[in-house]
Amino acid sequence: MAGQSDPHISLFSPEEIEFMAEDELVEIVPNMRMDPLNFISGDFGPFFPQIPANVPLWLAMALKKRGKCTIRPPQWMSIENLTHVLEGEREDQGAFQAVPFHYIEISRLLFDHARDDIPDIYMVRSLIEDIRDVRLHKVETNLEKFSATSAVKIAHLSAMEVNVVRPFVVRALQAFYKHDNPVVMSDSDSVTDRQPQTRQPQVPRNAQRQPLKRR
Amino acid sequence: MSTTDVELLKTASRNEKAAPEILQFQAQLVKRAREQIQLMEDTMEEFEQSGMDPLTVSLYQMDLDRAQFLLRSYLRIRLQKLLCIDDIEKHLEETVLSKLPDNYQSARRQSIISEEDDMVPEPQLDTFVACKSSNTFVSLRLVDSERPLEMERHDASFVLYKVIKENIGVDIDLV
Repeated sequence: MAGQSDPHISLFSPEEIEFMAEDELVEIVPNMRMDPLNFISGDFGPFFPQIPANVPLWLAMALKKRGKCTIRPPQWMSIENLTHVLEGEREDQGAFQAVPFHYIEISRLLFDHARDDIPDIYMVRSLIEDIRDVRLHKVETNLEKFSATSAVKIAHLSAMEVNVVRPFVVRALQAFYKHDNPVVMSDSDSVTDRQPQTRQPQVPRNAQRQPLKRR
Repeated sequence: MSTTDVELLKTASRNEKAAPEILQFQAQLVKRAREQIQLMEDTMEEFEQSGMDPLTVSLYQMDLDRAQFLLRSYLRIRLQKLLCIDDIEKHLEETVLSKLPDNYQSARRQSIISEEDDMVPEPQLDTFVACKSSNTFVSLRLVDSERPLEMERHDASFVLYKVIKENIGVDIDLV
């Protein structure tokens, strides 16, 4: 199937994931008055000076860019909370701390477009990078522990992390699955056992083939 | 809070992209999205003529662009999947099939006595996909006799596609 052939490329590009993250709500403080916006994606506003409002990230950035508001960094992005999360990540090697699904994209967008609204930005950025590293390392380490199974559940994994580890997890799971189910894969066994890295050929597996007449 | 069509389009796009086979076409959703986009395009002209301030106009344009992008994404992914099948057929026809005896020229059937499309390769359905529950809690029956997989809202699960196939768009979304 188109797009499915090479499992080694990430399914979603970083831009696509960022696009999806831009619908997340964030708090802004407008410095002007504006009538309600009746978008296809929803209704927002009306806006009043100094009265906080919740809007999608893409809208917040558009307004910020034009000097119409400041953006309030979300609660979870405080130094206190991030330090707590990082400590938790380091202590518990078997599980992930709760983070927003789009924590990587949201923080990056805010760093790029609203740096003056983030107090101690260097510290915040550094903490988030550390959290990312510890978490990624944790997934890699735990991958090796998969036993034959048909499902893996990872609590609190974020969007970007799912996308990055997908190829590895799928490959590991497929290897175990094939190993455990030789009968099911009998048609393609000889081909796919060669190297797990190569593209899976699509083999007709319909059982009811009519044998061709001998001539 | 009800889900907007834009959110539904986003989910449909994501599901379609992550699924190894083509999913059921969301005809009603596409129809509604098309209508809303068309309506907004018409309204934009009125806005500009009525002297609405440029900032507000540009914000409406951004929202419109995002909706259009999502709709096109959805249709593009499906088209790619369909063309893939189409390409294979055309290639076979040109290179091999036309040279076979009459009764064996179909790309889909071995011969005219086949009762069904026995030459159509099945997409790799024995693959694993990443998914999340769209409701608070989902309990999945797995292939083997293991105990069911219980998914909470914050869980990302990698599961055999076959297992969650029927749940897509119901209580599970692919990510």
